[in-house]
Amino acid sequence: MKISKAPIADTGSALLPPLFLNWFQAKGWSPRAHQLELLEAAQAGHSTLLIAPTGAGKTLAGFLPSLVDLAQRGKSNAASRGIHTLYISPLKALAVDIQRNLAKPIEEMGLGIRLETRTGDTPAHKRQRQKLAPPDILLTTPEQLALLIAAKDAGRFFEDLRYVIFDELHSLVTSKRGHLLALGLARLRRLQPGLQTIGLSATVADPDELRGWLVPQIDGSPLASLVKVEGGAKPHITILQSEDRVPWAGHSAVYALPGIYEAIKQHATTLIFVNTRSQAERLFHDLWMANEDNLAIALHHGSLDVSKRRKVEQAMSANALRAVVATSTLDLGIDWGDVDLVIHVGAPKGASRLAQRIGRSNHRMDEPSRAILVPANRFEVMECQAALDANYLGAQDTPALGDGSLDVLAQHVLGMACAEPFQADDLYAEITTALPYAALPRDTFDRLVEFVATGGYALKTYERFAKIRQTADGSWRVTHPRVAQQYRLNVGTIIEAPSLNVRLTRQRGKGGNVRGGPVLGKVEEHFIEVLSPGDTFFFSGRVLRFEGIRENECIVSKADGFDAKIPSYAGGKFPLTTYLADQVRNILADPDRWGALPDQVSDWLRIQKEKSVLPQPGSLLVETFPRGERSYMVIYAFEGRLAHQTLGMLLTRRLERAKARPLGFIATDYALSIWGLRDMGRMFKKGELPLSELFDEDMLGDDLEAWLSESFMLKRTFRNCALISGLVEKRHPGQEKTGRQVTVSTDLIYDVLREHEPDHILIQATRADAATGLLDIRRLSDMLSRIKGHIIHKDLDRISPLAVPVMMEIGKERVPGEAHETLLEEIAEELTREMSDHS
Amino acid sequence: MNLVSQITKTMLHGAAEMVVAGHGCICDPSGAMYLEDDRILVVSDLHFEKGSSFARRGMMLPPYDTATTLAALGRVIARYNPASVISLGDSFHDGQAAARLPEQYAAQLGSLMAGREWVWITGNHDPDHPADLPGETFTELAFGNLIFRHEPSKRPCPGEIAGHLHPAAKVVRRGQAVQRRCFVSDRSRMIMPAFGAYTGGMNILGRPFHGLFDAQAIIAYMLGSKRIYPMTAKALYI
Repeated sequence: MKISKAPIADTGSALLPPLFLNWFQAKGWSPRAHQLELLEAAQAGHSTLLIAPTGAGKTLAGFLPSLVDLAQRGKSNAASRGIHTLYISPLKALAVDIQRNLAKPIEEMGLGIRLETRTGDTPAHKRQRQKLAPPDILLTTPEQLALLIAAKDAGRFFEDLRYVIFDELHSLVTSKRGHLLALGLARLRRLQPGLQTIGLSATVADPDELRGWLVPQIDGSPLASLVKVEGGAKPHITILQSEDRVPWAGHSAVYALPGIYEAIKQHATTLIFVNTRSQAERLFHDLWMANEDNLAIALHHGSLDVSKRRKVEQAMSANALRAVVATSTLDLGIDWGDVDLVIHVGAPKGASRLAQRIGRSNHRMDEPSRAILVPANRFEVMECQAALDANYLGAQDTPALGDGSLDVLAQHVLGMACAEPFQADDLYAEITTALPYAALPRDTFDRLVEFVATGGYALKTYERFAKIRQTADGSWRVTHPRVAQQYRLNVGTIIEAPSLNVRLTRQRGKGGNVRGGPVLGKVEEHFIEVLSPGDTFFFSGRVLRFEGIRENECIVSKADGFDAKIPSYAGGKFPLTTYLADQVRNILADPDRWGALPDQVSDWLRIQKEKSVLPQPGSLLVETFPRGERSYMVIYAFEGRLAHQTLGMLLTRRLERAKARPLGFIATDYALSIWGLRDMGRMFKKGELPLSELFDEDMLGDDLEAWLSESFMLKRTFRNCALISGLVEKRHPGQEKTGRQVTVSTDLIYDVLREHEPDHILIQATRADAATGLLDIRRLSDMLSRIKGHIIHKDLDRISPLAVPVMMEIGKERVPGEAHETLLEEIAEELTREMSDHS
Repeated sequence: MNLVSQITKTMLHGAAEMVVAGHGCICDPSGAMYLEDDRILVVSDLHFEKGSSFARRGMMLPPYDTATTLAALGRVIARYNPASVISLGDSFHDGQAAARLPEQYAAQLGSLMAGREWVWITGNHDPDHPADLPGETFTELAFGNLIFRHEPSKRPCPGEIAGHLHPAAKVVRRGQAVQRRCFVSDRSRMIMPAFGAYTGGMNILGRPFHGLFDAQAIIAYMLGSKRIYPMTAKALYI
């Protein structure tokens, strides 16, 4: 936490008690204007949103009202007091960090305020003690809040609550965690109607949404006050200029390695962001291969073993490292020593995301942050340029707050029953004061209560096993203490992908007798499941040989050689935001803006203009051309990979019906390519299959329905909903070993439920999630209605320049949901052929 | 008889024949197995009422698994019209499941059983004869040189047809893995896939299967939506 030496805002003396003024003075500091503004608003009784860039002293500002209030409250009767201030952050580490930073002023001013953290790591005896003797300020996470309010003594625990501070609010609110938190806040308000909220946020597209989130949704209640700190110094961002050719496609930054290494050498500490774990591993490996000066370069991502991560973090804050290659684990606002350069490898995918990552460098507002963007391919050059322009314009593309998820609400309903019996009317009134659930229909709520009780099935056979039951006075109560126990074990909305420990062993795999070695970290099941013994891959900064799977562990040994065989699939988790997509389209369409691009990229666009046409904003360019024995169609939709995948699935179905004999498709963030056996260009031109028909919005009707029934992405979404809603229990570490078939595959549950009760509330919840999540149907539907009557078809003799990148991805990217049966058939037939050759 | 003729011989309804200890076993994509000469249909691990079994413990799984399993069983019985049916153990998910069976399902099951010999082999989930249901109960049953039991024996056991392990096979192509339930055999013995709607699969290269088969001779018949996909050891992933 840093406090500027900027001139004091004079009003400070009136608002701050002498104790605080003296402290500021003794430090040679003065309070900042926004800190005082927030204090003033809070003292006037308003809930308040503070929007400020990193390094603006946001945290102290957030706590100032509490500290002042606590200081003035005096020390009498300390033992019997409940929590005064609750601070909630998305990261455990952040809570710990804040404790360190806040403890200092509290001690120096002699405020005698008790400040404690409570996270998943807090030992049970300390939690117990906190319940008996609550601290004045409790620093915690959304999951812990859910547990606290579901306890029987919640009322007493929170009876003195004055302030609730939400840190990094912008990153919390758009997720299911945010939904759970909003419901938690609604409960806190019921327990303590007078409480005030303080939200701390980075710059967002629509501050009013957050202002609304902080206050109860009751007619006539005003939005939270807004205190906004304007920008600080503009960041200094450049795009890495490379002598070497920028690749057409892929996600590798190998071509830029000399430039990246040079930049590290020229700076004290560099933070290098990449989008995925595989990219981080690859880049780290390549950097060390080039590390002639033996610079201290480290690796940090969420899959590494915790102790390894802590080591890197400590070295980082001690300024002992020259560079860290990291994924988004370092995204949020923790201080990591004196970073003076951020390098972003791969496209940032969103303008706000980039701004927040750049904010990591130079945590002082008055000095400009320095950042270098390294596009991994040619489209990314334009994307980086667009993000860079947006950054200077201050444009924001944070996602809008959506409706609250039903699975989260189901979890909350059970939690509230665990706290105390509830009347449905009261709880409904309470939860609709939370912004994400303000518009929830009563009938949906009632169905959810039924779901929590017995599963809510049309076939009422589980009444006798009900988890909660209505008693004579109409209130719903838990039927058995075991239910509350189960609830506590399953609380939260973070569903980790099934993963396996990676254990390094010495012996080469006989499968049977491998000796245990160190655990290097965890890797997702879906990565491991496509490896066969002997395959090599990068992990934890080395090349490893896959030996096999034993129980819940992935057994590896050190591999000879310096290269790994298994390519990394998938470029990144985040799809391109609509805002950046529009900007890229604008750059493409406007040759006057090509001057800012490297020559090789502008030349590429120039040739595209010559050989085909440029995609224009407001229309959809579709190219067709033959290649080899096949006919290709490339669609430049710029709607992000997820929406393109969905579009690909749907178009393939239609082409199939139209007898175009499609064989496959590939989607990138920018375009979609479909190939087949019949000449699609000819079919479009002859009117045999008009493009307007192919792209008609009605594909979102029956075709979508038919596809969804077998979509593995919908099953994955269902799995999350089933876990969060409490239909099935989360698996806990160690539990896997207790026996096989301890749980039922959610895929099987989905199949059965969809067959017998397709309108069940959980399927409804799944669809709603999928529409904005993995399938991005909403974005697709917006596009289809926008481009109606504006499809431009270009039938070419050969591949166009713009089509090269997506064509190069063919065979490289994993195509999720690719027809499994086709795949089985292919392998089975191959085996049969081989065997007949041998006989 | 060579492997190729076994593997290429696809049959009606997408079934495929697998020769075990000299018997031609018709493996149906539903997961049932039919011995044509003797008109015996074998199914394993039906796990009826698994849903309600979980509901008792607070996991309210959709109560439709028995209906789904029964419907599939009905279809395969209609297809082969067997004289005898052997249910190879774990027919019911727990000891009270048969008693819990809703009336309509009990009736449905009864009509499937009517007019044929029906054998319940006991399993670890259902060690006793199912309450109020006809049929005969055995812990194991020998038939010619075949022996039917729930749990596969640890030692080599030619002619053994077992269940219990819920075998599944995984293959990988283009960075994508597909796992399906399967029949697994080395031509000496066979383990059948689980038939029940809520029964998953366990990879046949995993530990519980170690030592049960001649690793080189393993054949897995993966269940597709419309047909069986035969795979040999080299195509399998763990």
